[in-house]
Amino acid sequence: MTSIASKSYLSRAAIAFGLALLASACAKSPSELDSSLAGGAGAGGAGAATPGSAQDFVVNVGDRVFYETDSSSLTADGRSTLDRQAQWLSLYPRYTVTLEGHADERGTREYNLALGARRAKAAYDYLVSRGVSPQRVKTISFGKERPVALCNEDSCWAQNRRAVTVLNNAGS
Amino acid sequence: MRRGLVERLVTSLLTHMRAGAVALVGLAAVVAPASAELNIDISQGTVQPLPIAIPDFVGGGDTAQLGRDIAGVVSADLKRSGLFATLDPASFVDRAVNPNALPNFQNWRVINAQALVTGAITRAPDGRLQADFRLWDVFAGQQLTGQQFFTTPENWRRVAHIIADAIYERLTGEKGYFDTRIVFVDESGPKTNRIKRLAIMDQDGANVRYLTKGQDLVLTPRFSPTTQEITYMSFGNGDPRVFLLNIETGQREVVGNFPNMTFSPRFSPDGQRVVMSLEQGGNANIYAMDLRSRSTTRLTDAAAIDTSPSYSPDGSRIVFESDRGGNQQLYVMSAGGGPAQRISFGQGRYSTPVWSPRGDLIAFTKQMGGRFAIGVMRPDGSGERILTEGYHNEGPTWAPNGRVIMFFRDAGGQSGGPQLWSVDLTGRNEQRIPTPAFGSDPAWSPLLN
Repeated sequence: MTSIASKSYLSRAAIAFGLALLASACAKSPSELDSSLAGGAGAGGAGAATPGSAQDFVVNVGDRVFYETDSSSLTADGRSTLDRQAQWLSLYPRYTVTLEGHADERGTREYNLALGARRAKAAYDYLVSRGVSPQRVKTISFGKERPVALCNEDSCWAQNRRAVTVLNNAGS
Repeated sequence: MRRGLVERLVTSLLTHMRAGAVALVGLAAVVAPASAELNIDISQGTVQPLPIAIPDFVGGGDTAQLGRDIAGVVSADLKRSGLFATLDPASFVDRAVNPNALPNFQNWRVINAQALVTGAITRAPDGRLQADFRLWDVFAGQQLTGQQFFTTPENWRRVAHIIADAIYERLTGEKGYFDTRIVFVDESGPKTNRIKRLAIMDQDGANVRYLTKGQDLVLTPRFSPTTQEITYMSFGNGDPRVFLLNIETGQREVVGNFPNMTFSPRFSPDGQRVVMSLEQGGNANIYAMDLRSRSTTRLTDAAAIDTSPSYSPDGSRIVFESDRGGNQQLYVMSAGGGPAQRISFGQGRYSTPVWSPRGDLIAFTKQMGGRFAIGVMRPDGSGERILTEGYHNEGPTWAPNGRVIMFFRDAGGQSGGPQLWSVDLTGRNEQRIPTPAFGSDPAWSPLLN
């Protein structure tokens, strides 16, 4: 167990490899892993997230991709995050996901609703192209309604131009 | 010269709002109509505000305070229009003037009042309020208009707004916009998880009433032409859709049976259709739904974001925004769809077009150089003018007379939020409209009377 947990300290660039190891070591019993580690996931800090947990997904896989201003094109970073997400989702088929598309505040409300939808669709298409079943993925746009960073600078707006992959049955 | 107070019934005004009815009676002239007309030409870019004196309306007993309050609301309406300079009551020689007597004009000339409003509030035998008022041309010594209203006491603010509209119309030659309401989005809570409620209020910010409770994220409410219904977007339970809400009964329904997100709704001028955007595979196209037959018509078909549709007042055309040419620009098409003609060609991005109720202009939001402006252009794209600009101004809506535009302004930042503002068509007279919390997405009703 500890060896598996330590794998999660790997950088994101190496995570795909780490996940491959994890998969080969524990491929038959991710749910057993979950139950055996249940309750301990939060105690060891971010890196100690239980494999297959929502925390594992957010911290070790990356739950979001970012976009340039007024663009829905996936960046290289975004594609590699989605690659990891696709791989992780193939390991944990019990999850369905909602892709939430968001825009920064520097646009008008109606257009940003459509732009968020376009961003969610771009991430959806990529996940499906990497083998995630379309039945497992739903999209929604929040436009500029749910920012995460609040300064009047691009450092914040860049964090808000995002598509977030939300696990739907993470509580189960 | 003096004649009887009430001579003829001009019309009876029935409001569709629960607030109740206001009945109007014309007051005959105390003196013959003026020959040299006192008026304000509001077609010019700069207007010298007309000095007007509005002493407390005369009342007795329980109507004395109402007389003061009504005069105060009339005065505030006219002052906020930017067209009137309301004179300080401290300068008045006569403090309260019986509207059924000829004023002592000399006492108003000495304080340079050009117009004078006199009024009285009394209680009619049936318990209703009776409001009489007259508008006078001080220098000509003539009555310009006089009216009498009956209404229930809780309706007193509407009476004041109707009187202000009558004064505005008599002196400018154009309909007023004071007896109107605003539907908007009330915003509270942290910016990362804003609670948004639909709210409705009088155009001056009074009588705020909440139409939703805040569980669902709601956006972009718009009035029907009858002002009894609004259409808006709600996220519901993760399923964002356009809704209709009857503001009197509270009855709510989804508009159309669409598979994906619908948003950016607006009524047709006859109230029979709702036009809106439907999200489809990363694109957004414009659809109209006939509210009687429930049939839907697809109006645009572009691999683009087509949104913010708004009908011309005659219902024949629709202006909308599209990024089909690369970024957001304004286009006009027939109300039945078909080819669209681009009308915006300046620098920057153009969005949220709204056709003026007069038909002569289209208001829009314009983004350029990291700033957000509110502007207008003619329906053929000519004559673009910016009315106000800054860090963030968005979402214009027209007063029913097409002379004033309301919008929301946001300074941004962690604790910042949007506020409602208005600006004249001339770009002058910016006014903040008070709201209990942050406010956005205003939509102006038609005249209620």
